[in-house]
Amino acid sequence: MNRFVVPAPLARLPWQVMVPLAMLVLFGAAVLYSAAGGSMSPFSGSHLVRFAVFMAMALVMTQFSRDFVKWAAYPVYAAVVLLLVLVETLGAMGGGSQRWLNLGPIVLQPSELMKPAIVLVLASFYQSLPVGEIGGWRSLLPAGVLIAVPMALVLMQPDLGTALAIAFGGGVMMYLAGLPGRWFALSALAGMIAAPLAYFFVLHGYQQQRVLTFLDPESDPLGAGYHITQSKIAIGSGGIMGKGFGEGSQSHLNYLPEPHTDFVFATMAEEWGLIGGLLVLLVFGIVLRWGQLVARRAPDRFSALLAAGMTATIFFYVAVNLMMVMGLAPVVGIPLPFMSHGGSSMMTNMICIGTLMMVDRWNKQVGQNGLA
Amino acid sequence: MPREKKQQINAAGLRYSFQRRSFLLGAVQGGVGLLLAARMGYLAVAENERYRMLAESNRVNLTLIPPRRGWILDRGGAPLASNRADFRVDIIPERMDDPKATVEKLGTLLSLSPVDIQDLKDKLTDSRGFQPVEVASGLDYDQFAAISVRLPDLPGVVPQRGFSRFYPTGPSVGHLIGYVGAASAEDYEREHIPLLVTPGFKIGKDGLEKQFEQTLRGEPGARRVEVTARGEIVRDLETREDVQGNAVQLTIDGPLQDYAARRIGLESGSVVVLDCLTGDILCMASMPSFDPNSFSDGIGRIEWKMLADDDHVPLRNKVLKGLYPPGSTVKPMVSMAFLEAGLDPEETVHCSGGLRVGNRVFHCWNRRGHGTVNMAKGIYQSCDVYFYHFAQRLGMDVIAPMARRLGMQEEFPLPVASQFFGTVPDPQWLKRKHGREWQAYDTVNATIGQGYMLANPLQLAVMAARLATGNQIMPRMILDSSKPQFQSMNFHGNHTEVIRNAMYDVVNGPGTAGRARLPIDGVELAGKTGTAQVVSLSVSGGSSGPWKFRDHGLFNFFAPYDNPRYAGAVVIEHGGGSGAAYPIARDVLTFLFDPVLGLEKLYELEEQWGGTPAERMAKKYAAYAEEYGIDIPRPPRNPAVITREVDAEARAAALESPSVGANDGVRPVENDAEIPPAGTAARERSNTAAGSTTRRGSQ
Repeated sequence: MNRFVVPAPLARLPWQVMVPLAMLVLFGAAVLYSAAGGSMSPFSGSHLVRFAVFMAMALVMTQFSRDFVKWAAYPVYAAVVLLLVLVETLGAMGGGSQRWLNLGPIVLQPSELMKPAIVLVLASFYQSLPVGEIGGWRSLLPAGVLIAVPMALVLMQPDLGTALAIAFGGGVMMYLAGLPGRWFALSALAGMIAAPLAYFFVLHGYQQQRVLTFLDPESDPLGAGYHITQSKIAIGSGGIMGKGFGEGSQSHLNYLPEPHTDFVFATMAEEWGLIGGLLVLLVFGIVLRWGQLVARRAPDRFSALLAAGMTATIFFYVAVNLMMVMGLAPVVGIPLPFMSHGGSSMMTNMICIGTLMMVDRWNKQVGQNGLA
Repeated sequence: MPREKKQQINAAGLRYSFQRRSFLLGAVQGGVGLLLAARMGYLAVAENERYRMLAESNRVNLTLIPPRRGWILDRGGAPLASNRADFRVDIIPERMDDPKATVEKLGTLLSLSPVDIQDLKDKLTDSRGFQPVEVASGLDYDQFAAISVRLPDLPGVVPQRGFSRFYPTGPSVGHLIGYVGAASAEDYEREHIPLLVTPGFKIGKDGLEKQFEQTLRGEPGARRVEVTARGEIVRDLETREDVQGNAVQLTIDGPLQDYAARRIGLESGSVVVLDCLTGDILCMASMPSFDPNSFSDGIGRIEWKMLADDDHVPLRNKVLKGLYPPGSTVKPMVSMAFLEAGLDPEETVHCSGGLRVGNRVFHCWNRRGHGTVNMAKGIYQSCDVYFYHFAQRLGMDVIAPMARRLGMQEEFPLPVASQFFGTVPDPQWLKRKHGREWQAYDTVNATIGQGYMLANPLQLAVMAARLATGNQIMPRMILDSSKPQFQSMNFHGNHTEVIRNAMYDVVNGPGTAGRARLPIDGVELAGKTGTAQVVSLSVSGGSSGPWKFRDHGLFNFFAPYDNPRYAGAVVIEHGGGSGAAYPIARDVLTFLFDPVLGLEKLYELEEQWGGTPAERMAKKYAAYAEEYGIDIPRPPRNPAVITREVDAEARAAALESPSVGANDGVRPVENDAEIPPAGTAARERSNTAAGSTTRRGSQ
């Protein structure tokens, strides 16, 4: 019956994901409403508006053809690298570090765009790489350069969190592309050796401090450890049922730092308790599982890698943010997708979602055409 | 071969590898999800109680309200230390953003002088961050309001309504009561409670304030407020009133204490008056002193400079910690020892002005001699030869026990941190302490209160009280309605009367202190003068010359002579002779019996001295501030160190002079002519011993 009422393109949308996702955004808006002291402005309203705008953008993306996306991969990547260079230049001219480009009404953070862009370009690269080259240096070196250039630019900002996200996205792409397993084992080993070296020679003072504080937050309860300690207090004091909507003392009395961005999960958990936390985890689980299914169902190498890479990017955000607010990872400035207030992160995540929906559409087209 | 093999695998295997690896990634993601869920469960369920408490202690701020301190009352119930409601401002240093700007701003708002600002900076430098530092107290409402409205720009500044300690008679009770101040880091280590670092809370730092700290302190009130992370108060949750500390009522007679302290004038000395019926200490004045009111915000640079410059040892309670050779004031005691040992008071000796002891001649203070001297004349004329003679016959073993029975070398059960109890030398002591045998000249020195003998003024007062009443009077400081039953000293026969009569004659007969007679009908004072040598005869003449080389003047007394009710002692350091001491005793007792008459005399003197001690100190402070400004060294942080150093100055100065040897150069002195108080219009300042003798002879 419904087939006749709902237009076919709409019916083919992945509603089983979009509905939980919209609920998660609404829930996020409710948390932001409370964090603003019971007000739609300044966080909650713009959160919903951004979701609507970027969802529209995602729906437009859905309509792109595979050939177009393949063709656009390198130009998009190059454009984002250029933007990163531009940010660096402007920052250097402005006499300090800068992460944003002010484009009239919108503030653009190019490093955010790089997260989906690296996935896109690597998917394109491995798709075009002859199958026989997978075990050789040709599979590693160009991809390595593609990853290293934006990483270096982002590290100069300096933004360790985003650089790690790019590295993670790139690494996952390489892994899924089928590069030999022992390479990963070797680099894991190298990483273990390099980590202490990086700690002492690469990380900035404040980054070193964050790592130290993560290892022992109580050592500096009023300084850098304050964030982690207060976040754990917020989550722990919420209990199973939470303190009630609008009753979170940690966020309302400003003990919790950044209650609307990086620590929005703690704000939520204080008022909604374990129940709210599990609900959020469940929605992320649904979204990520759907992303993996889309990747696995993809008919060709390009779309499979693209979908899997986008899923991994969202996962990285979610995992690092939640581990950070629960005291399992050092404080790196990574927001929680769909809940934290912030345009750039919403855009990145909706690009990922849009890409997944696009691949999902390609899958379904293949199914209709009977070419599977 | 391997390459070929790889190609074969890749063709179909890449797809398979992707499926396998993406499944693996999915499993890892699921694993991380489970880990996060478990972690959250752990935080929110297992650790819930702990974090709920932490959140609560974040949210709720308990502000302690410093308790009102218990009053210290005199025997009549008048406050010697009370509390004044006032406005005050404190700083909690660790909460300040920009200490320099904050201090400057406070200086402008409260119109603090450069000296005050420097003192405040000193205190901030010394403070541990969490300990409040007092900026000012006793502010008027306008100043308080000026600070309060600017609080958002002044983080760490705490203005509040509170109570501050007030001592109505200021310097007069300084040594007795002590003072209060903010708890030091050491105090906080000793007693680790939050009250000690509550702004506005003061702890007893010295004297009775320190001894009765726990009684006086009271219970702090508390205010529970909800606060933001920046410390802004959201709302009041609950308030509990403080409980005022208990009062401590002393035996001190407040007005008498004040009178005695003021009457000491510019001299350095002490006055003790006891009630012979109860042992109550009615007055325990020691001057010069400090104003405890001005010490409660800490000792500033100028105050420190004033203290350090003063050679009159202004931080020592001379009643308990001043030790002096008692001089001739021990003669009634020695006489009592003779009587108890069986000496007939009418037995005489001929005084020709000196007596050969061993191979040396010991002189009487009166070189021309007293002629035939019996015991009474030995006391009232203070004839040294009488005592040289009989002491050699009866021995030190008779005198030393009597000295101790009468209170010398005794530590009294008083609520004070320390008393110096002096020395009664005897052969065993000398052997132990100086490793030599007791000689006849040691006995001779001891009988005139010189040599090794040392006593504090309270002991001299107790000695007079015990001799006068024949009871074992014990001094006490805390008022108790019960009348203590003192044991009798068990003096035989009429011995008490003999001594009393002789001491009566000192003042009212042909004695050495005729001018000590009370100007009150029917009340007769009895006493004994003493002049204690400070330096060897070769250094200074005793009654003139540099201040610190002059003789101490002593006088102990009781009144009325026939039915002793009051006993006491006056000691004036370097007063030049007992003539500096007994006029003070006379005026203090006059005030006791006739306050109006006593005050008339005091007003006359204070006019010449430049006001009351508090007024003189204020003038001196202003002069110092004018002269030195802030360019003087800062005081030590610890009050104990200040006391030690202020004392050390005096001690060092004393050490510069050759000290009195035990066996050489003892010069029996008796300069008993009334000496006009220092600072009054100079009459004949240098009465010679001979001159006074003549006058005495005619009395």
